[in-house]
Amino acid sequence: MTKTYPKASRPSLDNVSVSIEKGEFVFFIGPSGSGKSTIIKMLLHEVAPNKGRVIVNGKDVTSMRSWKRPHFRRSIGCVFQDFRLLPNRTAYENVAFALEVIGKTKAVARRVVPEVLELVGLGGKEHRYPHELSGGEQQRVAVARAFVNRPLILLADEPTGNLDPDTSIEIMRLLDRINRTGTTVVMVTHDSNIVNQMRRRVVEIESGRIVRDQARGVYG
Amino acid sequence: MRMKYVLSEVLVGLWRNVTMTVAMIITMAVSLTMLGASGLMYKQVGDMKDLYYKNVEVSIFLKTDVTEQQRTDLDAKLKSDPLVKEVLYVNKDEAYKTFKEMYQDAPDLVNAVKPDLLPESFRLKLVNPEQYKNIYDQYQGTEGVDVIVDQSRLLDKIFNVLTAIQNIALAAAVVMAIAALLLVANTIQVAAYSKRREVAVMKLVGASNWFIQAPFVLEAVVAGLIGSVLGLIALIGAKQLLFSGSLKALEGLLSPVQWSDIFLMFPLMAGVGGLISAATAWVTLRFYLRV
Repeated sequence: MTKTYPKASRPSLDNVSVSIEKGEFVFFIGPSGSGKSTIIKMLLHEVAPNKGRVIVNGKDVTSMRSWKRPHFRRSIGCVFQDFRLLPNRTAYENVAFALEVIGKTKAVARRVVPEVLELVGLGGKEHRYPHELSGGEQQRVAVARAFVNRPLILLADEPTGNLDPDTSIEIMRLLDRINRTGTTVVMVTHDSNIVNQMRRRVVEIESGRIVRDQARGVYG
Repeated sequence: MRMKYVLSEVLVGLWRNVTMTVAMIITMAVSLTMLGASGLMYKQVGDMKDLYYKNVEVSIFLKTDVTEQQRTDLDAKLKSDPLVKEVLYVNKDEAYKTFKEMYQDAPDLVNAVKPDLLPESFRLKLVNPEQYKNIYDQYQGTEGVDVIVDQSRLLDKIFNVLTAIQNIALAAAVVMAIAALLLVANTIQVAAYSKRREVAVMKLVGASNWFIQAPFVLEAVVAGLIGSVLGLIALIGAKQLLFSGSLKALEGLLSPVQWSDIFLMFPLMAGVGGLISAATAWVTLRFYLRV
């Protein structure tokens, strides 16, 4: 597929074709502005390609009507560099919020949320507010929120970008654990340490083109 | 549970930005009061037209030297005229009797006037009172006719004034409605901005569009409905003050405003207030949240 943003001199993604199997763990690497994040946005149906198609879970997202987008998003979990937690809600409430706004009852939240917070290693810190948690712990809350709905795919856009190396590795262990439950993990990063340690599939993008696609790859 | 969430969001939203909410409600209330007043006026003018025009007459006064022949000719002509519904002939004696009744408080005047001085006349009721001009053109030149007087021309002047007042109220309602509309749009933008993090998360995790929009739209609708209730109270107050107080003297001229009419205005005001708010909020959100 090809994506050119208006006013851009060259396409953000130029004739890129990549296929990710269910249950895979894939890194997208490359320098800033190489088009990595555009891939995430396309998978989320936030931007559409100018040419080509995006197929997620066997469904053609390119031609999907915008009113179908909310339901589609429920099958995808998202984690970002800046965590995107609600500052006036506790860890528990942040995760429960994600469930309640898609129509799950409070009873379901009471059952599921402690479970997932335990899974990400935040047992006992449910009632802390984001400002009372460390960066790593905040990202764990974000991962819990992304995972609580048991999505088929977990998208992670530079999830370790704001974290120190030790904390980053803990978050990666967490993503690895989630991957082992059968969830496809797609992660955009330029953290070479992590990529080298994980030894997973690596897709390198440069100036909107795929320059490398390697199973069990390393960074550069 | 979801309903409870939406409702609590609405109340929190209205309270968070309370000065803006109050401004929005006041503007809405004034606009809807004007709309209600204009609606009442419309009904009122219609009622009065029915009442007055039903009794209105065209009088054809005859010259004092009118001949028997001219009178019978005119009578026959009027009776066969399709524009005329009823013809009543009033001779000098009858005219004098009415005159005496009208001026019974002024005996000097009555004594000074002899029955002979009063002209005979034909009193016409027209099928359609607005066709006065045709009658005038047709009979003005007829022999024996002195003057033709149409009461409805006098009424037209009164109704012109009333219609003008009604139009002014309607124009004021429209202008205030535009102000209310802009305030709603602004309030919704502020509300959406203060909840931008929540909205971003909701979009991310796949909350449905209506669920994201509902609190904002309902916030505007609640303000619109409160505005219409205040408008109703204002109309009730206006009736109390004007028609039961200072305008009581005009009661004979203006047909009274019924309570039922005022309460009939409420659904109109509430409907317009609610719908305008909802539509504005919805359109604003489409641009602002892109949901």
